[in-house]
Amino acid sequence: MLRDLLLKWPLVRQIVEGADGTGAESMSERTRNLRARNKGAQVARSVCPYCAVGCGQLVFHKDGQLLSIEGDPASPISRGRLCPKGSASFELATHANRLKKVRYRRPRSKQWEEIGLEKAMDMVADRVWQSRERTFVEERDGKSLMQTTAIAHLGGATLDNEENYLIKKLFTGGLGMVCVSNQARI
Amino acid sequence: MSVTAFLTDSTLCIGCKACEVACKEWNQVPADGFDFRALSYDNTGSLGHSTWRHVKFVENGAVPGFGGNASEVFSWGFSSDVCKHCANAGCLEACPTGAIVRTEFGGVYIQPDVCNGCGYCVVCCPFGVVERRPEDGRAFKCTFCYDRQKEGLEPACATACPTESIKFGEIEHLRDTARERVRDLEEKGFDDVNLYDPTDTSVGGIHAFFIVRGDPKTYNLPPKPEVPTTYLKKGWMSAGIAAAAMVAGAFLAFTGSSDR
Amino acid sequence: MGSSMAENHPVGFQWVVEARERGTKVLHVDPRFSRTSAMADMWVPLRAGSDIVFLGALIHYVLENEKDFREYVVNYTNASILVRDDFRDTEDLDGLFSGWNEDAKMYKTDSWAYKGSPLKDVTNSGKTGGHAKDRGGEKLQENIYEQDLTLQNPRCIYQVLKRHFARYTPELVERTCGVPQDVFLKLARTFCSASGPDKTAAICYAVGWTQHSDGVQIIRAASILQLLLGNIGRPGGGILALRGHASIQGSTDIPTLYDILPGYMPMPLFAEDADNLAAYFNHHKTKTGWWNNFDKYFVSLMKAYYGDAAAKENDFGFTFLPRVTGDHSHQGYWIQMADGNVEGLFVMGQNPAVGGPHSRMERKAMAKLKWLVVRDMVEVETASFWLDSPEVGRGELNPEEIDTEVFLFPAAGHTEKGGCFTNTQRLNQFHEKAVDPPGDARSETWFIYHLGRRLKERARKDQRPRNAGLNALTWDYSTEGANAEPVVEEVLQEINGRTLKDGKLVAGFRDLKADGSTSCGCWIYSGIFPKPDENVARKREPRDFYGHGWGFAWPADRRILYNRASARPDGRPWSERKKLIWWDENKKEWTGFDVPDFTVNKSPDYRPPENAEGDDALGGDKPFIMNAEGLSRLYVPSGLKDGPLPTHYEPLESPIRNPVYPAQQVDPGANRLERPDNQYANSPDERFPYVATTYRLTEHHTAGGMSRYLSHLCELQPEFFCEISPELAKQVGVEHRGWVTIVTARGIVEARAMVTSRMPPIHLNGQTVHQVGLPYHWGYKGLVKGDSANDLLALSEEPNVRIMESKALLCNVFPGRRERGPRALKQLENAMRQPTRRRMVAQ
Repeated sequence: MLRDLLLKWPLVRQIVEGADGTGAESMSERTRNLRARNKGAQVARSVCPYCAVGCGQLVFHKDGQLLSIEGDPASPISRGRLCPKGSASFELATHANRLKKVRYRRPRSKQWEEIGLEKAMDMVADRVWQSRERTFVEERDGKSLMQTTAIAHLGGATLDNEENYLIKKLFTGGLGMVCVSNQARI
Repeated sequence: MSVTAFLTDSTLCIGCKACEVACKEWNQVPADGFDFRALSYDNTGSLGHSTWRHVKFVENGAVPGFGGNASEVFSWGFSSDVCKHCANAGCLEACPTGAIVRTEFGGVYIQPDVCNGCGYCVVCCPFGVVERRPEDGRAFKCTFCYDRQKEGLEPACATACPTESIKFGEIEHLRDTARERVRDLEEKGFDDVNLYDPTDTSVGGIHAFFIVRGDPKTYNLPPKPEVPTTYLKKGWMSAGIAAAAMVAGAFLAFTGSSDR
Repeated sequence: MGSSMAENHPVGFQWVVEARERGTKVLHVDPRFSRTSAMADMWVPLRAGSDIVFLGALIHYVLENEKDFREYVVNYTNASILVRDDFRDTEDLDGLFSGWNEDAKMYKTDSWAYKGSPLKDVTNSGKTGGHAKDRGGEKLQENIYEQDLTLQNPRCIYQVLKRHFARYTPELVERTCGVPQDVFLKLARTFCSASGPDKTAAICYAVGWTQHSDGVQIIRAASILQLLLGNIGRPGGGILALRGHASIQGSTDIPTLYDILPGYMPMPLFAEDADNLAAYFNHHKTKTGWWNNFDKYFVSLMKAYYGDAAAKENDFGFTFLPRVTGDHSHQGYWIQMADGNVEGLFVMGQNPAVGGPHSRMERKAMAKLKWLVVRDMVEVETASFWLDSPEVGRGELNPEEIDTEVFLFPAAGHTEKGGCFTNTQRLNQFHEKAVDPPGDARSETWFIYHLGRRLKERARKDQRPRNAGLNALTWDYSTEGANAEPVVEEVLQEINGRTLKDGKLVAGFRDLKADGSTSCGCWIYSGIFPKPDENVARKREPRDFYGHGWGFAWPADRRILYNRASARPDGRPWSERKKLIWWDENKKEWTGFDVPDFTVNKSPDYRPPENAEGDDALGGDKPFIMNAEGLSRLYVPSGLKDGPLPTHYEPLESPIRNPVYPAQQVDPGANRLERPDNQYANSPDERFPYVATTYRLTEHHTAGGMSRYLSHLCELQPEFFCEISPELAKQVGVEHRGWVTIVTARGIVEARAMVTSRMPPIHLNGQTVHQVGLPYHWGYKGLVKGDSANDLLALSEEPNVRIMESKALLCNVFPGRRERGPRALKQLENAMRQPTRRRMVAQ
């Protein structure tokens, strides 16, 4: 026991092992126990969210926390590689400026305020309903129009197919919104 | 455990800086300041406490009709610099606290929990790689992703590099790869290609080789890097010789006088 | 051309580098020597906006020297088809094709038809452009035509092409693009040698081609070139659109766009499609070719949207869908917004305050909204236009007078939700959820589902006709977890489609029916989820070079479209080296390395019986099955708004008059949307002597929402800069790293100067044209801030797809920073008023 303790002392170890003090004998406990931090973590097979090349990503996580994101070597598209943006995905997901609460700006206000998610959803549903009521046209010249041009949507190229599907289905198929556009137009 | 190395082939580098970012993300290195240095497309300047991979951009003038892969015109070069993990490492030899160690992979690793920030290593690096972080004074540089290597993983920079400009592997195998690549390029008509792998200096060989077009000096790669402690040894040696000569002289003076 | 692939798609570019190392020649044509040029064998700078001259000259080179892949051209393109006798080329009419109506500012396209093709009995106002399969309606029965397989008839398309491109000579290239003739010829020889049975070449492009007032025609020119060289449908060939966002392809396939429905079916047009499903089908369904299945796909979509409420008796809910009445595109509705005609706007994962065309105007227009909902991971500029936009600083907007209510919702990122992206190669890849989103951040799936739930609840109590669609909408997705997140696989299954009787998932779009017995949310994606436990987009077991086993490439997991063209007409591969799919005579089926883009048992010698319809009407040697005649189109008889062939027109703002057709300066169909808040420079214009062009950098992402908050990216490119030549820097009086102010007829920005020989002046016929390069990533939020280059753009529309012109405009450059506050507006006014005094600087 005393011997073990003594051997932890680099100087003693160096004398005992005859080393020059620049190798393992000088390693601290932390260094000796150093391991890749994603060892033993869960892995989600993912895809880079930036450009459209579609590089495979491995998202390492443990206990609900992200640990790291790196390229998926099995991907026939990217062979495990990532560009600087793809390499920065971990910071994208975890940086301090991520929004976590709904912010609301009242008419003529000069500041944001925070509001609850459910309340915000109710308010947005109200706004949509009222605008639609005011502007919806069922017919023109006796022909079906079923349209509002007063509510518009923008965005989709950063979203999933399922999300785009639901947006188009609800906004156009359900609400009659025709002003729908995304990054593909620009 | 085999000794490992980097081979950075700038003729394959697209200057994307994925290596810089992948390194920082994995090693959780902070950003280095938002300065518009505009050294061509480079704004991080050089290797330092918070930049362990650094891509240098060298503009030599673009000529219509010639791309960067034309052997006749070398227009815009990129090369990713990194710690050389010298066989005789100045930083390691200078470190008085045992904070810097040689790993089983041949890399040179600064133990952040041991480093006390004395800074001796900083001045002893022949490549200007090691630097102290102003916040706490400790010295930082490329860890050769020691944590990843222990798991059999490649360093983060080599893993990310889109075009295999950064290769990682067993050192002698990589040396062969490097020589072969230079031969290939020469056959393709590139007569300005150089392999940077100084072996005949006091650093005693490095663990990060580079293939560049033109003079390696352009990429902060000194022609003859020397370990400052070599001079220290020489200094002690000459001091010793001088001291011995003085002793001998004094002795001779006395004995001589008795001879008279 | 039109792309800097190494910079904007670095990981995709690994394949280019690998090919280069194996001997492929990489040619980069771009105004700027970029990181792509640095990896290329040749870099050829040209004047921004002169692409069609350059490509036209390559076409001319091929035709003049008979470098075309003749067997491919004769059999697989429409080269041999004759055009109508009354068709007139731009060569005959000073830059216009036959059919131009000056009052309506549009073409009547009847004379462009194939000789002998009957016109369909449909009206077509031609007013809406679009992404749809037929851009507003089929005009002809293109399977009926006259042809001359010897290509000698002067009215055959091969000869029409020859005449049309006769003046696109190396000399014209030198004079118009600023490319010396010898440099052009060297490139032409290299590129055109990659043709024939044993060789192919690919062309990669991006928004450097699309964002022009004649962007569609630039890509058409590339198509003609590649078809002449036999480089479509073959390994190593193609024209590859390198798209900029993870799922910009997906958001076009399953569109959040106004003019199409999922799978490139057109939205019904008010004037033409009326409220009658039969008229709509008559308009868009073809008699021959794959689009004969149009009704199956449409009815299946209606069943996916509206379930049982879509029945034969009510035209499958056709009137639940709104009608398109005009230009509801981004550009179109933003003009409406500026005029106060839009009440509410949703913005999800996009940042028009920085990335929109004429972003200054777009920010000001948002102040006219009653309400705005922004969903993003950070507080993007769009959400806070009322708080800290330049317009607030300049006194153009006063927060105390802006009535807009703004809701900024935190959005989940890609690691916090499951779902699939469709990447640039049409590859669907599912990304798995790893962790929960932080705080109140949620996916768009969550947001839309729960918003829809609320609205449907209201509609349920209100059965007026206007709510018929909303009430009919199927919306019963299961939810899971503490956040009640909809099960995303259920949505993907709805997209895949089912047979309704037994609820079973269909195996692919061949199973879909027009009688209402199947549902399918997007026919081209059908097969992505063929069994309850088989999400093909989630598969991660690649088994071959083409990546089969990894994800799902629509349609039907084909990796190369039109791959029937990779074999000879008789079904044998063109060569051993370039074989992809071929006819197996023993098994009597198509086989090979890819999923055949062809009916698998249709033999090469199949000839259709008279009056055959659909796919059966196409012979076994007709690879281009989406076209009614089964051939690829060197010449487009219908569907384009600005001509059947690409023609060089100058950008809406140009430093020169059109050297090809002096009488026709710009694309006749392009829409300038000109008004006091969207003005243009003259062409040329002493006030704005330089050409400006925008682009992206590797280190940032588009409008910055995903990069300007990331320290590890910001440090790499911290400031907005412009790239100018040493010659221009001297003329302006600025040094490298100094400040300059850049002004157009729309806006004013300041940037740091990057003085470099990589942005050389262009010499045309004795005139020197300086070009200014502008990366557009910055804005007024984030860790690094800067002016937005897009403030300089005009809101304009290309005629076919309504995209703006951002790659070639006119600007002026002054030394020093711009003025602060309202004085900046004064500075802009002055720049617009005064002609630039000529500087007495020796060049």
